[in-house]
Amino acid sequence: MLNRLDDMLNFHQQALRIRDQRQQVLASNIANADTPHYKARDMDFKATLQGALKGGGTSGATPLATTAPGHLAGNPGQTAAAGLLYRTPAQGSVDGNTVDVDAERAAFAENAIQYEFNLTRINQQIKGLLSAIQG
Amino acid sequence: MSLFNIFNVAGSAMNAQSQRLNTVASNLANADSATSASGEPYKARQVVFSATPVGENGATGVNVAAVIEDPSPMKMVYDPKNPLADGKGYVAMPNVNVVEEMVNMISASRSYQSNVEMMNTTKTLLLKTLSLGQ
Repeated sequence: MLNRLDDMLNFHQQALRIRDQRQQVLASNIANADTPHYKARDMDFKATLQGALKGGGTSGATPLATTAPGHLAGNPGQTAAAGLLYRTPAQGSVDGNTVDVDAERAAFAENAIQYEFNLTRINQQIKGLLSAIQG
Repeated sequence: MSLFNIFNVAGSAMNAQSQRLNTVASNLANADSATSASGEPYKARQVVFSATPVGENGATGVNVAAVIEDPSPMKMVYDPKNPLADGKGYVAMPNVNVVEEMVNMISASRSYQSNVEMMNTTKTLLLKTLSLGQ
């Protein structure tokens, strides 16, 4: 029973976690809008979520292949940055910075709304469960 | 929660931008300071930003790597009555470009604003997350 509850909430929980990470990446982009040589980054939300749902929460990170007992397994939980991609700049700039502040702020606002959507969905699920329990 | 880390990222950026604003203020204030404690005319100062990792999840904040003195040549102004004038009557004035400094100021304040808004959005999200399931 508890297992099913977990499964029910798992999708939005994972989605929230990835939205949370993406928000942080976009925040880094906006913060570094004036830093020379900074390259704007973002993640492929769909692929990361699919990886997280399949791999049970390792954020789509690929674990190291181990062929001998002495090999280190690596720590897939620490490699959240490995799933990050670099943005293709629409207009280059002389100082090597690839942040387009308008695009980043739009993405930041969009991601915040998506985050709120996931929160609302979890709230609704909890309310549904409560009304099923209380009748 | 990575959202908490956004406060650190935005905070570091606001810190860097306010330092930039500070150098702009000092440059504009000293645009006509032909001499100083060292006897040299004032040299314009510029901040150098560098990206620095914040936390463990690949977040990147801003750090002021250095405050450099502008290497461009001093403005030579012909003013033979000035006690600081050289043999040919020229006075070395600070190499502050007022137009550049104004642009710098506007850019810094806009960037600061973006970071404040970013913090506000994050705060709203965190408060909504806190009320989850109520």
